[in-house]
Amino acid sequence: MELGLFLALLGAALATFMAGIGSSIGVGKAGVAAAGVLAEEPSLFSKVLILMLLPATQGIYGLLVAFLILQGVGIIGGGAGEISNLEGLLYLAASLPIAASGLFSAIHQGKCSVAGIHTVAKKPDTMGKSLIIPAMVETYAILALLISILAINGIGSLGL
Amino acid sequence: MKSQDFTYAVSRIRMKETKLLSRKDIERLISQNDYQSVLRTLAELDFGGDNNSDADDILLAEQNKLWSLMAELVEDMSVFDIFRFQNDYHNLKVCVKSVYSNTSPDSMFVSGGTIDAKDLYEKVKNRDYKELPELLGDTAAKSFDILLKTGDGQLCDAVIDNASLKAVALFAAQSQDEVIKDYAELYVDSANIKIAVRGSKLNKSYEFFRKSMAASENLNIELLARSAVKGFDEICSYLATTKYKDAVEYIKTSMSAFEKWCDDLLISGMKKQKSEPFTIGPLIAYILAKQNEIKVVRLILIAKLNSLDDAKINERIREMYV
Repeated sequence: MELGLFLALLGAALATFMAGIGSSIGVGKAGVAAAGVLAEEPSLFSKVLILMLLPATQGIYGLLVAFLILQGVGIIGGGAGEISNLEGLLYLAASLPIAASGLFSAIHQGKCSVAGIHTVAKKPDTMGKSLIIPAMVETYAILALLISILAINGIGSLGL
Repeated sequence: MKSQDFTYAVSRIRMKETKLLSRKDIERLISQNDYQSVLRTLAELDFGGDNNSDADDILLAEQNKLWSLMAELVEDMSVFDIFRFQNDYHNLKVCVKSVYSNTSPDSMFVSGGTIDAKDLYEKVKNRDYKELPELLGDTAAKSFDILLKTGDGQLCDAVIDNASLKAVALFAAQSQDEVIKDYAELYVDSANIKIAVRGSKLNKSYEFFRKSMAASENLNIELLARSAVKGFDEICSYLATTKYKDAVEYIKTSMSAFEKWCDDLLISGMKKQKSEPFTIGPLIAYILAKQNEIKVVRLILIAKLNSLDDAKINERIREMYV
């Protein structure tokens, strides 16, 4: 029981911290660019803020997956039952898509956001277009989130 | 060179780029009737400092604004040494000649070098070159000797100019940035071509050309020097076989047409930096764009002061970065 629960918890931890690392790097990069633009033109705050926050979502996805795992194994909501080693491993596997995809997509989305912030700095009218480009990177974080959620839900119905 | 993160700097530069003079602004300046209206328009365009009554003050204020911005943007100004060396070598010329002729150098110094001009003067005066960078120290010793032995100011200048070209080429060779390499390549090559053309008109010797020209990847300076000794047509025939074949017709027109061709080539090459978010490239491109802008404004001011035709001004106007 102990090892199974540990593996499940490891999955929850991976989803949170890997996606969280990605988001903090991405938002950090975009934040530096946003600060540069605001130093010259404070009126662009709302526009650059939206672009800066785009890479933050991966961290939230990781948190959501971790929450579902903790709920699945009963750590949240009480009633932590027997978690077999296999079940623990399955939860760990289910966390991997959002952990890995969250890490890399947030970093790359951060870079894309920096470029978007630069475009908005030069041409504030292009806000919509500048937003769509980094939002494309989000697709892959959403796909990973989807698979992680489907897998976690599926584990519960396996009846292990 | 220390690795630095330029994301913040590039973000500020993107905003600054929106304030660079565009082709439209330049046309507006040219269309002004006289010198005073150009000064007023420049003030409206926020070009220059608080005192916009004199061309030199305006241009100097813009230069100072440029370098104080760069000092704010980067932790280590040594990334811009490729530009700062040129000021050091200019100051070295002033120092060597002032010490030789026992005159005061102050009014001829330029700021923005890697070494304080007055320090440099003291070192040249005391023949104490130990603390200077190797190339600068060697050049100081060599050029001063030449001046003492021959009294030939032109040869002394040639030696210092040559060292300045070498310093630029050396900096570029050690840099990882393509934009610095591209700039240095064009800077050294165009200087070599100018030396060849101007020297051939003055019937300079082969030794003079070899002493003045700096090694380059695109030009065989041995062949360029030999062509320069033979004459202008030989230089053009040699250049027609090199990367600079397109420049030949401009060189045949005039040296100022060739200089415009070089500036336009440099600025158009820099335009790709507009989409580069993380490297030093956009900063270098901005410095070159600003210097180009200052050059164009100086040209317009001088032309208006001398009541030159608008058509003649237009001929000399460079391509703008924005």
